[in-house]
Amino acid sequence: MIATALLVAGKDLRIEARSRVLLWQVLPFGVVALVLAGIALGPARAGHSDAAPGLFYLVTLFVTLLGVNRSTQIEGASGTRSSVATLGLDPAGVFLGKALALAVELWAIGAVLLAGSVLLLHAALAGTLQALPSVAVTLGALAAAGSLYGALCGGAGTATLLPAISFPGFVPLLIAGERAYHSALAGGALWQWWLISLVALAAYVGLGVLLYGVLEESW
Amino acid sequence: MPVVTLEGAVVSAAGYPLLAGVDLVVEPETLTVVTGPNGAGKTSLLRLLGGLVGLSGGRAEVCGIDLAAGNRRALRRRVGWLGHEGSFYDDLSVRENLVFAARALERPLSAIDPALERVGLAGRSETSARLLSAGQRRRLGLAWLLVRRAELWLLDEPYASLDDEGRDFLDRLLADVVGAGATVVLSAHDPLRSSTLAPRTLAMAGGRVVGDVPGGRP
Repeated sequence: MIATALLVAGKDLRIEARSRVLLWQVLPFGVVALVLAGIALGPARAGHSDAAPGLFYLVTLFVTLLGVNRSTQIEGASGTRSSVATLGLDPAGVFLGKALALAVELWAIGAVLLAGSVLLLHAALAGTLQALPSVAVTLGALAAAGSLYGALCGGAGTATLLPAISFPGFVPLLIAGERAYHSALAGGALWQWWLISLVALAAYVGLGVLLYGVLEESW
Repeated sequence: MPVVTLEGAVVSAAGYPLLAGVDLVVEPETLTVVTGPNGAGKTSLLRLLGGLVGLSGGRAEVCGIDLAAGNRRALRRRVGWLGHEGSFYDDLSVRENLVFAARALERPLSAIDPALERVGLAGRSETSARLLSAGQRRRLGLAWLLVRRAELWLLDEPYASLDDEGRDFLDRLLADVVGAGATVVLSAHDPLRSSTLAPRTLAMAGGRVVGDVPGGRP
């Protein structure tokens, strides 16, 4: 399972390195969304800082949806799907690999968006650095949940359902992540929100390992 | 022991029968061509043999695996599939696609260069699959199968998009892989006109086998 996960993750990341879809399409979208959010808030510096965690995670949600769609699209062509299916890869390993690759991509984009939060939304640098581990865990949970929902919506003609179907699953993660980042900026305790993100990460990884094969078969 | 045994095999999708009771026996180390018009059930038959669709009724045993028992995943590792749409990741290079397939099936990477030589893509191994012509994509798909060393080759309209040289190349390759012990089932709109091969030819219509011409000498 681990060998399959590493193989699939390496393949997805290599495809991203070649195609640069996330670099040239998704990342600019995220930065523009962050800039627009800052403009919409107006010039009040204090208000920006207070809203930064929520805006960061709102933009991260959009970026995650695009990333999940891209990750699903890679396997989407009918001939590719059939050929790869005949490789007989362990579905749990495929899920872990796709989630890992998506997590790596989200971590990279998240780092840029966090820098944007500091520069454009005036979030405190020290608090943002303190929030880094919780952001990493939350983005990991989003990647696991997104890979599962991506498989759920992987059939032809159902990709546009992803935002609606994944929304209930993403909301607790976004709230926990936002609260953790907010607490870090305010100098408060983080662990309660960390715990939610960690439990969600474990739950989505467990669900994905169990269910990915079933969802894959339904494509 | 036959590689394929189908008895009244039915495959349906959304209540519509794609295969409506197919009886078929395919012996090992043979080449079988499935012909018929669009919608006759050729691709559905190949997909059933590859474990890519479930059996809705009847009996099916492929490579010794009973498909009615539902163990399609075990079968898939033993077959090679070449679809007419292309069978690989467009953003990876020719070599990277083959490395992925070899690693997934725990085949030696040393099989890649001979396979590329064999299909005439040795000089394009670092080219992105997206940049290959239709004929070259078909050759990459064949290299993928050579690296896999599948027991049962399932080729969906492999002659489409090939020029005369490509058709001759494919004829020679199929003769070699059958000679080396593999079994090949391929689909085509019309019976093959080959100077190298004399395959068994099945005619399909309406999800059934309606004609069966045994193979012979070319």
